[in-house]
Amino acid sequence: MIQHTLRASRRAVSAALRRFSETSGGEITEEDGLERTGSPAEQASLYVHWPYCLRRCSYCNFNKYISREDNDHIMTECIQRETETLLRLSQVSCITSVFFGGGTPSLAHPSTIAAVLQTVSRWARLSDKAEVTLEVNPTPVGKSKLEDYCRAGVNRFSIGVQSLQDEDLKILGRDHSSHQALQTVEEARRLCPGRVSVDVMFGRPKQSVESWENELSELLRVCDDHVSLYQLTLERGTRLFKQVLGGEVTVPAEDVTAEMYRCARRTLQQRGFLQYEVSNFARHKAASHHNTSYWKGRQYIGVGPGAHGRFVPLGEGGVHREARTQTLEPDVWIREVRQRGHGTRRRIQLGHLELLEEVLVMGLRMTDGINHEHWEMFSPHLGLREVFGTSREVQELLQSGQLILDDRGLRCSWDGLVLLDSMLPALLVELERQIGPSLQRDHHTDGSPH
Amino acid sequence: MASTQTDTIDLSKFPVDRIRNFCIIAHIDHGKSTLADRLLEMTGAIVKTQKNKQVLDKLQVERERGITVKAQTASLIYSHQGQQYLLNLIDTPGHVDFSYEVSRSISACQGVLLIVDANQGIQAQTVANFYLAFEAQLAIIPVINKIDLKNADPERVASQIEKVFDIPCNECIRISAKLGTNVEAVLQAVVDRIPPPVASIDDPFKALVFDSNFDHYRGVVANIAVFGGRVRKGDRIVSAYLGKSYEVNELGILRPDEHPTQKLFAGQVGYMVTGMKDVKEAQIGDTLYLKEQPVETLPGFKPAKAMVFAGMFPTDQSDYPGLRSAIERLTLNDSSVTVQRDSSMALGAGWRLGFLGLLHMEVFNQRLEQEYNASVIVTAPTVPYKAVLSSPRLIKNRRGIQKNMVYIDDKRVMMKYLFPLNEIVVDFYDLLKSLSSGYASFDYENAGYQAADLIKMNILLNGQPVEELITIVHRGRAYSAGKAMCERLQDSIPRQMFEIAVQASIGSKVIARETIKAYRKNVLAKCYGGDITRKMKLLKKQAEGKKKMRLIGNVEVPKDAFINVLKRKDK
Repeated sequence: MIQHTLRASRRAVSAALRRFSETSGGEITEEDGLERTGSPAEQASLYVHWPYCLRRCSYCNFNKYISREDNDHIMTECIQRETETLLRLSQVSCITSVFFGGGTPSLAHPSTIAAVLQTVSRWARLSDKAEVTLEVNPTPVGKSKLEDYCRAGVNRFSIGVQSLQDEDLKILGRDHSSHQALQTVEEARRLCPGRVSVDVMFGRPKQSVESWENELSELLRVCDDHVSLYQLTLERGTRLFKQVLGGEVTVPAEDVTAEMYRCARRTLQQRGFLQYEVSNFARHKAASHHNTSYWKGRQYIGVGPGAHGRFVPLGEGGVHREARTQTLEPDVWIREVRQRGHGTRRRIQLGHLELLEEVLVMGLRMTDGINHEHWEMFSPHLGLREVFGTSREVQELLQSGQLILDDRGLRCSWDGLVLLDSMLPALLVELERQIGPSLQRDHHTDGSPH
Repeated sequence: MASTQTDTIDLSKFPVDRIRNFCIIAHIDHGKSTLADRLLEMTGAIVKTQKNKQVLDKLQVERERGITVKAQTASLIYSHQGQQYLLNLIDTPGHVDFSYEVSRSISACQGVLLIVDANQGIQAQTVANFYLAFEAQLAIIPVINKIDLKNADPERVASQIEKVFDIPCNECIRISAKLGTNVEAVLQAVVDRIPPPVASIDDPFKALVFDSNFDHYRGVVANIAVFGGRVRKGDRIVSAYLGKSYEVNELGILRPDEHPTQKLFAGQVGYMVTGMKDVKEAQIGDTLYLKEQPVETLPGFKPAKAMVFAGMFPTDQSDYPGLRSAIERLTLNDSSVTVQRDSSMALGAGWRLGFLGLLHMEVFNQRLEQEYNASVIVTAPTVPYKAVLSSPRLIKNRRGIQKNMVYIDDKRVMMKYLFPLNEIVVDFYDLLKSLSSGYASFDYENAGYQAADLIKMNILLNGQPVEELITIVHRGRAYSAGKAMCERLQDSIPRQMFEIAVQASIGSKVIARETIKAYRKNVLAKCYGGDITRKMKLLKKQAEGKKKMRLIGNVEVPKDAFINVLKRKDK
């Protein structure tokens, strides 16, 4: 009888926890289908940037270029070269995941993918089970290449569907129809079942909460196990920005987009998706390992024009993690790679505080937040409670239910996640206040910054 | 600027009857400074070159704005009919704000060149300056300038001058100062029509201080007009105002640069350095005499009356000492600025300054920034709560009560009103001038305190009062003032995670309200490898800004918000 009651109450508790529970899939565990060898310093994920597109979407401000001649062969060569150089520089022995982004990586020849993966294998260990993602622009051409990409080593596809309304696709400057996109998704699911992600955008011109809900329902009927939802952000210098400024185009009001986001979260949850990050939802444990690396503060190597990286250049005798950016312009980048093996434009050392700041800001984007063990890896001397437990402002956030600090760690609540960027400045101020003085101490005792 | 005459001029060669002291007065932009340039060139004080544009305007701010702020002096030597004459020219500012400078210059002269633009004709300052000269009983030589321009109509202007000032047409000299046309006739007229100073070299030494400058190395440099006797380097002189005595360290005339001499004689105008350290020691209007020979003092000046007031605060309290020393040094050379210490809850310690007009204040601010590198917050000043006295629409809107109206002559009327001080301290003067095209003039007196319907208005953020923004307003003004403050706050306070109610209240009654909406969603959509650097930079900036915010209850208020609310709102 007691057992029955206990079981019932446990179930009740589980249900309450289901929002971010461990059971409905998507939680990231370190060993999730992957063999990790070596210490964190010896591991990294790899990001490869393919900068070319056929056209520029009206909202895009990424580092992308319309290629006029067939530069593919040279670009491939240089990517390989830079991959080799940076692998050796970082002394990473195990690459945990690879992501081909851009631009439009699905414009590259599948042999490019194969060549890059080969280079990785030559200089580090790349497990067969490592996640290798390719971003796909869902045109008929893109669709026709999917099988070859698989053969080349890709085992996950991220498809830029953006919208299921053809008129909207036009406004966004996309070069495919929604039908073509859905066909591409279908093909991808055939080739890599359970490993296809779909990108959708909300807050588009002419969208209403109702039309968005309908669209989402339609999408959920045909998508795979991973959805990325992005609010359309107007970036300076884009064509869409100018159109909105000029009054030709209007985007939904702020409270409307907030409502769209809220609805989507709820809808996806009802369909069994776990929201594991601000914009990312997965079921059946289909979360992206590669992106999770970013949010968990792991090392990553960025290859290609404009790519970003975070690693310790052990090969040069470096001891600090560096934030690195590769040269933006493809032609210039190509020249630099040919001259000295890589086209790194900027390198900034991240001190102890800077590293912790990134861990904090990125970690809180995940619904699981930052657990105590994870934090300890970066801050062995000061735990989360010591850093944030005494701040009056943090207390208020905890009391208002936006933030949670408990035995698991520090994370946002369901409501808090939506306002994360409003909470971060206070947290950063507190982090600086607590870590700052200990930095001085370390500096004085052992003469070198930690 | 090279001089083409020998540098040492023997001033004893100029008896009183061959000296002329005059100034050029006119409405703004009618060409005073250009004419001064021409006169300087023609008498060899400066070499004739293209670069001699407004030579007498020495201050950077004068050159930039093309206006004269401080009157400068120059002594010219002119040969006429075989005789050498010493002509002392005093350039004056044309802007209405600086009429105080004009009246000081006039006191040292016996005549004026009244310039009138050949197209614009008589304007407000033409009239105002004419009256100053007329009342001082100076010889007035009308000069019609800019005859070279297409729209010039000297005939019309000459007959206008005859009608308004009662000066015969044929006395008008028609010139183009820019081209130099007929300027020679002006010099001749100065000699012929302006009487020599009434001063005798045999009288005891007596001089009027009509201006002063502060030089960091030598101390106060006083501009003097010698009304009698002579003075020599090394003499001991006494200031009538303070009764203190000084030794004459340096003496000279201005050409317009300083030309030191051994002696100055009756009728002459020049400068004197006596080791005075504080510019207040060289009181404008003061009489100087030799120690052993006291004289009757000359009639002095009424101190200039401030018309426009403003509060000035350093951007950060750590800049206070820097700003204090900048204000002290600037006012050394501008004694018509009134200075009083003041303090504000929001902005800390500062000053309340009074100026002759809005331009005067703007020039002052510009000089603060350019010459002293100070950065200042300018606010509408606090006003001591006593009542003050003081136009139909203008008058009514400012709660003025008419007391008296008198016709001075068939063209002028004087009206007396009772006004509350705070209605006139900011921009009344300026508005009055613009409504009357500059012709109206304004003076005021403190009429003592009077009971008024004043109330204390609070500003609340989510119910919490903001002490720094408490104001005292007249009941009739409360709504508009409260609404304006609420709107400004709404624009300056960033959105937060909760709604913010900005209210103005009197006692417990809310009279105005604005709302700052809460964020419903505030999280970056995409944050992958490349986005992280950019996002961190933005967040760090916000974290820094956060440290500087003031917490009113739960509401974070940036310092700028206070500044925006208290700042002077000029058109």
